[in-house]
Amino acid sequence: MIETVLQISLLLLAIAMIGLIYRLIKGPTVPDRVVALDAMGVNLVSITAVLSMLLGTSNYLDIILLIGILAFIGTVAFAKFLEKGKVIEHDRDQ
Amino acid sequence: MKTNDVIFQTVAKVVFFMIIFFAVHLFFAGHYYPGGGFVGGLLTSGAIVLLLLAYDMKTVRRGFPVDFKWLISLGLLFSVGTAAGSLMFNVPFFTHAYDYFQLPLFGKTSLHTAMLFDLGVYLVVIGVTMTIIQTIGESE
Repeated sequence: MIETVLQISLLLLAIAMIGLIYRLIKGPTVPDRVVALDAMGVNLVSITAVLSMLLGTSNYLDIILLIGILAFIGTVAFAKFLEKGKVIEHDRDQ
Repeated sequence: MKTNDVIFQTVAKVVFFMIIFFAVHLFFAGHYYPGGGFVGGLLTSGAIVLLLLAYDMKTVRRGFPVDFKWLISLGLLFSVGTAAGSLMFNVPFFTHAYDYFQLPLFGKTSLHTAMLFDLGVYLVVIGVTMTIIQTIGESE
């Protein structure tokens, strides 16, 4: 029973990933693409969590945290790029 | 354009230490569980990149007054030294030794020389990643 539910949810997450990839390629403006990329990170976390439940192992849980941290840093970098136009400054007081 | 990012800077100061501790956890878990020197080094440089995003190159250089190119050579010295040290005991190259010790706080612990090799990988990964990011990431 629970296995069927997990497989169906995995399928739905994969379909959501296809929609996000469509928005990433097609997206008219840069913020659309950034939001799509951020949502892809969250989606990847969900897929890893469902997969770790399906396989019955807890070794994937560290990887969920890793993906979360990397997605956070990526989102922050994109947000700073959209706001300031540069990612890493030499001197922020100038 | 001056922007007000005091919330981001305050959060980055706290999250930096969280990421560093998780990297240390991954580094030490690496012998029996997923993790190891490579992922730990990448995550540590990710934490430093977060500081670079929140502050700037000048502040981070003052916070970490090391040339990251020196970390590459130090890590290579650790790795090659651990690998070549096995030759002194008349065993093949890269053989690693381990034993069980009774440590005061941890109880019975197994200490491996493979961890010194992993420490070298950790330092090399931090050095290479931070050198690349500092070289091509800075906007002038």
